[in-house]
Amino acid sequence: MNSARADAVTGGSRSARFLDWIDARFPLTKMLKEHATEYYAAKNFNVWYVFGVLAMVVLIIQLLTGIWLTMSYKPSAADAFASVEYIMRDVEWGWLIRYMHSTGASAFFIVVYLHMFRGMMYGSYKPPRELLWIIGMLIYLALMAEAFFGYLLPWGQMSYWGAQVIVSLFGAVPFVGDSLVEWIRGDFYISDITLNRFFALHVIAVPLALVMLVVVHILALHETGSLGPDGIEIKEKKGADGIPLDGVAFHPYLTAKDLVAIVVFLILFSGVIFFSPEMGGYFLEHANFEPANRLKTPEHIAPVWYFTPFYAILRAVPSKGLGALLMLLAIVALFLLPWLDRCRVKSIRYRGWTFKLALAIFAISFVALGYLGLMPATQTYVILARIFTGLYFAFFLFMPIYTRMEKTKPVPERVVWHE
Amino acid sequence: MLMRASARTYIAVLAVSLVVGLPAHGAGEFPLQHAGNDVSNIASLQRGARNFVNFCMGCHSAQYVRYNRLAEDLGLSEDQVIDNLMFAAEKPQETMTIAMPEQDAQGWFGQAPPDLSLIARSRGPDYLYTFLKTFYLEPGSPTGVNNLVLANASMPHVLWELQGEQRLIEETDDEGHRVQRLEMVRPGRLSPDEYDQFVRDIVNFLDYVGEPMQRERIRLGGWVIAFLLVFGLFSYLLKEEIWKDIK
Repeated sequence: MNSARADAVTGGSRSARFLDWIDARFPLTKMLKEHATEYYAAKNFNVWYVFGVLAMVVLIIQLLTGIWLTMSYKPSAADAFASVEYIMRDVEWGWLIRYMHSTGASAFFIVVYLHMFRGMMYGSYKPPRELLWIIGMLIYLALMAEAFFGYLLPWGQMSYWGAQVIVSLFGAVPFVGDSLVEWIRGDFYISDITLNRFFALHVIAVPLALVMLVVVHILALHETGSLGPDGIEIKEKKGADGIPLDGVAFHPYLTAKDLVAIVVFLILFSGVIFFSPEMGGYFLEHANFEPANRLKTPEHIAPVWYFTPFYAILRAVPSKGLGALLMLLAIVALFLLPWLDRCRVKSIRYRGWTFKLALAIFAISFVALGYLGLMPATQTYVILARIFTGLYFAFFLFMPIYTRMEKTKPVPERVVWHE
Repeated sequence: MLMRASARTYIAVLAVSLVVGLPAHGAGEFPLQHAGNDVSNIASLQRGARNFVNFCMGCHSAQYVRYNRLAEDLGLSEDQVIDNLMFAAEKPQETMTIAMPEQDAQGWFGQAPPDLSLIARSRGPDYLYTFLKTFYLEPGSPTGVNNLVLANASMPHVLWELQGEQRLIEETDDEGHRVQRLEMVRPGRLSPDEYDQFVRDIVNFLDYVGEPMQRERIRLGGWVIAFLLVFGLFSYLLKEEIWKDIK
């Protein structure tokens, strides 16, 4: 601070003097150093470490395209469907903005699921990063709410009946269930009123919460530091200059690396937007090109793919109340991960076969449940869904046991670096 | 009043038959035929537009489609559109709406004929193609016909003069599966090949109408990805340059 003042007195370039002026009033340089140029992360980040940044990129895409969609969208039961088609046909570049937003929704879940799986593989949730993990889980919850509210807005058949199914889940709450459902809808059925309040939640309440949670998530990350695929705290081995020996500065090293990842992501993202925006009916469901009709239930109602693992768990249980409870527990279990895992070793690289096997079974179960949730609930599929639901919960339920007796490998002192 | 009640019963029957009736009605889902349409074939789109306006728009609207957009995308002048396609509108910037009141339509058909702006996106071109080809005589039904794709469809066979009349033949094949096929009883004005093309043009038009920017989207996509590949190469070189001193 003092030296900065001294520079200002002695002159320096115009821009340097302007920066000094700002720094005397706002900690700009200090923050840039803390969070970018002097924030150090393990230098051996692999490809799994790009999904956090990609989630941020998608968030920005969603916020910007969302603002422009809002300029032409009409949140009323009478006009919503037509206004989306107006955007697709009559608004300049409206189709591109809309496809970016609809593809962005699915892309968000893809990168967030991969980001979460990265955390599970490399023990990113372990002490002292429990809060970081929990904030991340809250972001995931907010994201699910955001996607759910947003899906009603096009007011297509699947919007309508998907919302109908999910809102009715709250009816499983004991005693107050039915009035709770009515309170959420604001009506006796999904109506114009419901659409209006979902719009408010989708464009203001939830995005605001999302952005604030993301800021908190990053602050928490920069407090504990990024772990890296070896699960080694690089802060423990510092050089004479006080810089972690195995660390690289976020800027310019990781920004340069992330830029490559962002471009690769954008290529895939554009591939969907320009060549297959419906993605075979998974990103934009065919039935949703028909306007919502309260009197006509579609033959087969399935939520969008990112909800189907939990939908499969719901349908695997014969009782609706119990199914909804299990669905809730499936998410709650993830929150508890930092305390269920009793193993000291963080990274999967040095953990025993029991955890590797368990994590593999968990991943397969999650994907399998996602697939089953898309399929009609035939007898075979329901039985399969029960098996995978069992495996999903077994991963968490037995975790304190199999992680305690795990035979781990020795963790190296320094990060593994191949050049 | 009696009309209303019977219409309501009809809708109820229709709704039930849609959900559970399909397997009960015949051999379950009739395999769809490949439409083989091509939205970059402008001549086919022009014929499709003509067919649509002449044969479909008596009952079906395409309420999100503007006539002047058609002119632009189908390589027609506004005058050509006004003379040949615009029978139900005053100005080229209007959309393809129809004059039939929904209430009346419901009374006449049991349910109002749906708007077709997005039918190709919700059902797919193959479905539409097969639907328009698989009407067959069924004397007891309200329209005198039935359909293999949409059982108990409330739509009459509007194109019967062109296609002719078909009857349903159900047989068992060598492996014991029930097979449905249609046999021409009385030929129409068009040969089977001509009729296929006629229907394909309509389907092609509906495919275009469902997503009018689809050719533009694909054309643009090539450029966007080409740019990203070049940009990606440079970003990779930048990353290599910055990382070269990290050991």
